[in-house]
Amino acid sequence: MKALLFLLPAGILVLLILLFWRGLYLNPSQVPSPLIGKPLPQFSLPGVGGPSASLNNADFEGHVSILNVWATWCIPCRDEQPELVKLAQQNVVTIYGLNYKDDADSAVQWLQSQGNPYAKDGFDPKGEVALNFGVYGVPETFVVDSHGIIRHKYIGPLTASLISTQLIPLVHKLEQVSK
Amino acid sequence: MMRYIALLMLLITVPALAVDSEPALPNATLQQRYETLTHQFRCLVCQNETIAESNAGLAADLRTQVREQLIAGKSDEQIKQYMVARYGDFVLFKPPWQPNTWLLWAGPLLLLGIGALVVITVVRRKSQLAKSSPGEADGDDLRP
Repeated sequence: MKALLFLLPAGILVLLILLFWRGLYLNPSQVPSPLIGKPLPQFSLPGVGGPSASLNNADFEGHVSILNVWATWCIPCRDEQPELVKLAQQNVVTIYGLNYKDDADSAVQWLQSQGNPYAKDGFDPKGEVALNFGVYGVPETFVVDSHGIIRHKYIGPLTASLISTQLIPLVHKLEQVSK
Repeated sequence: MMRYIALLMLLITVPALAVDSEPALPNATLQQRYETLTHQFRCLVCQNETIAESNAGLAADLRTQVREQLIAGKSDEQIKQYMVARYGDFVLFKPPWQPNTWLLWAGPLLLLGIGALVVITVVRRKSQLAKSSPGEADGDDLRP
């Protein structure tokens, strides 16, 4: 009984230390998306380069794709862009873009000067479609399986290591599942 | 004297915190619901602010949504569901009562209960000791 009286507070202390220790390394700006495991919201957007390059739900059928939400005013997007261009050259996954609250001229100019990784790039100047996707910061990247179901969401810029260690393995896994 | 009072009054004024630039809703009831609702949703960009208080672009978009949905005749519950469907429970400043928040809600009561148990046990033991050997067990006894 005496031992219990000593061990109990010590045990609680250890638990609290573990709890707070973990809390130190959590990133509160990464809010888990309730959309994971759900189909893409219904949408249809004109393309950045004009209405011909439009993007809608049908584009996501039959293959794994990623949807990258970006803007020219978004500073971290500048670091992410070259990585996306490299990823596009590897031909492992279809990359779609969602241009968020931007103006068309700057977006076109950006794609011409920095390289265009997007197979298609939807233009959402008022952020109305992005609202349905639960976008709250750019860049964000959704991983969508071949049935148009959202499987993962990255918040913040994709880095070279994130792409090679997490994104590409996830894409391969999703391809295996759908076969 | 009046001058000092005037000065004092100037010093205790607070700046007007008008972030919301949306026009007023058509009637007072809707406006009231709008105020209540926008104070319940978290702005995900500046997470300690409600969408009513935040300057962020996203907060403005969400205020517009609340406003438009109120005008369209949606209920408070429907608007809440709209937000939760997109941003998760985190968007609500007051977490709902559901299995993964039971511990969160019951935690304080649970801790209070444990504390009460400890107090009761200690007090009982002390009083039993006091009964069995009066004068010795109770070191705090200050009676002369």
